[in-house]
Amino acid sequence: MNPTASPTTSRSLAMKRIRPGRIVIWTILFIGGLLMVTPLLFMFSTSFKTAAQVYDLRLIPAAPTLDNYIRVLSDGRFLRWFLNSSFIAITVTLSNVFFDSLVGYTLAKFRFRGRYLIFIAILSTLMIPTEMLVIPWYLMSANLGWLDSYWGIMFPGMMTAFGTFLMKQFFETIPDDFLEAARIDGLNEFTIWWRVAMPLVTPALSALAIFTFLGNWTAFFWPLIVTTSQELYTLPIGLSSFAVEQAIQWEMIMTGAALATLPTLLVFLLLQRYIVRGVMLAGLKG
Amino acid sequence: MASMANQGAPERRPGIPGTPGGQPRGRGLSMRTRQLFWVWGFLALPVLFYGVIRFYPTLNAFWLSLTDWDLMSEPEFIGIDNYTRMFSDPEFWKVFRNTFTYLIVGTPISLVLSFLIAFALDRIRFGHTFLRALYFLPYITTASAMAWVWRWFYQPAPIGFINDLLGRVGIPQMAFLNSTTWALPSIMVTAIWAGLGFQIIIFMAGLRAIPTTYYEAARIDGLGEASILRRITLPLLKPTTVFLVVFSSIGFLRIFDQVYNMTTNDPGGPLGSTKPLVLMIYQTAFSSYEMGYAAAQTVVLFTILLCVSLLQLWLLRER
Repeated sequence: MNPTASPTTSRSLAMKRIRPGRIVIWTILFIGGLLMVTPLLFMFSTSFKTAAQVYDLRLIPAAPTLDNYIRVLSDGRFLRWFLNSSFIAITVTLSNVFFDSLVGYTLAKFRFRGRYLIFIAILSTLMIPTEMLVIPWYLMSANLGWLDSYWGIMFPGMMTAFGTFLMKQFFETIPDDFLEAARIDGLNEFTIWWRVAMPLVTPALSALAIFTFLGNWTAFFWPLIVTTSQELYTLPIGLSSFAVEQAIQWEMIMTGAALATLPTLLVFLLLQRYIVRGVMLAGLKG
Repeated sequence: MASMANQGAPERRPGIPGTPGGQPRGRGLSMRTRQLFWVWGFLALPVLFYGVIRFYPTLNAFWLSLTDWDLMSEPEFIGIDNYTRMFSDPEFWKVFRNTFTYLIVGTPISLVLSFLIAFALDRIRFGHTFLRALYFLPYITTASAMAWVWRWFYQPAPIGFINDLLGRVGIPQMAFLNSTTWALPSIMVTAIWAGLGFQIIIFMAGLRAIPTTYYEAARIDGLGEASILRRITLPLLKPTTVFLVVFSSIGFLRIFDQVYNMTTNDPGGPLGSTKPLVLMIYQTAFSSYEMGYAAAQTVVLFTILLCVSLLQLWLLRER
């Protein structure tokens, strides 16, 4: 969309004038921000409360306990769902990083008959919503024995038009001379892509990886349809069935929700800068 | 290294479309032909993937929408019966209205909120990263998990957080998820909350992309803050805004996770008052096993989404 201007100039300009109005704005923003994280705070708070304390509105539990976590984790289901989600999200992310960038690179850096057709064909799949494909996917999976399997959960997302388009845009910015020089050195095309071109687009790759990982980690609709046995549930599906089963034991449900949310929160706190930049990049270019 | 033979050969440049290929060299294949082998080697699996996992299912969905099929027997071609059934089904129109209520109310609210926050946040230096993190955090949470937290918040007192607070300050209780009037707005708030962080980040990126010289020039010309916002910031932000309007609209048209998890005892309830199109598709296909009818509903969803995307292209072209 827009070329990115240097952020520092606009910010230092804004800095020069410190008015009381600014303090008011800051306070409003701060309160708004607290409201945004209130559900998260109370989710964690309640996960450390006993059933009797749930109705207590205090944010810091009077007598914090780890009992809920011990009870939720004791039957090993959450661990299993966590491992399922991790395996699926990581595999799909690796596949996207590999194939989307390979296809994006090929479309950006080679001229061949059918290039434009393939590009338009891939791009046009952006218009097709997942919801329209789930019924055919379900039938296909039923016929091929993919229902209720890891592959069944993963196969629809192994490549995406969004990722391909994003990577193509970034590969287009690499000068052809770099690739030519590698050809003269006698590298084969695969090595040129992997060793020369890929390292030049690492910001885009990390943006793609973050987006794909988050999307698959939180995915709900297709995993809900394709899985039937608890052992294959992903974390979101597992949590949903767990919550239904717990009925009104809110402290248990909050503990489950906290366990489902905690991994991404930790990753975010560690990699905040990269994640925000990745989302900006993917959002604007995609 | 080995490819000395290629040096200086003009036809090995990849930039020339439709060149028939150079003279055979070295290993008997021209550089151009060898490159084509690589290209199609790279594309073979992806082309297969897009064909089998994207295009075939799309056509299949259109075909299924013209059949009557319960998964047990063979699909039976019934023409446009599914569509006539759908358009005369009051439940479909109710779902249709619900879906557009999410869209028409949810999109402007989330856009205005995220713009105001982004606009203010962009001017704040002190604690900027911290404040931004507060707003962004909900975006990376799992929708189905947070739907349960919100569901807890909406419970009647003394269980529910919101009603408990209302009770303490003497405001009458709200039925929230148990009310046919308030259930949909309650779910919508959850969905807006979940998407706000992304929109704020994108708006901030859009604001940063506006060259500061524009603002400086405007100040020299004596424009006030309000007219700078109206004449410079908003017009230059148009591509970002259009993108977010479309992105948010598509999100609301496809809303499912929150509704499913917040109404598990009566999906889409109470009395179907919160049911969106995607939940209806899910139930038609995977609870009643009316695959043909469900496929017809997905075709309607596809058509609506296509119109929204085309609208975006049209809005951006008109500049």
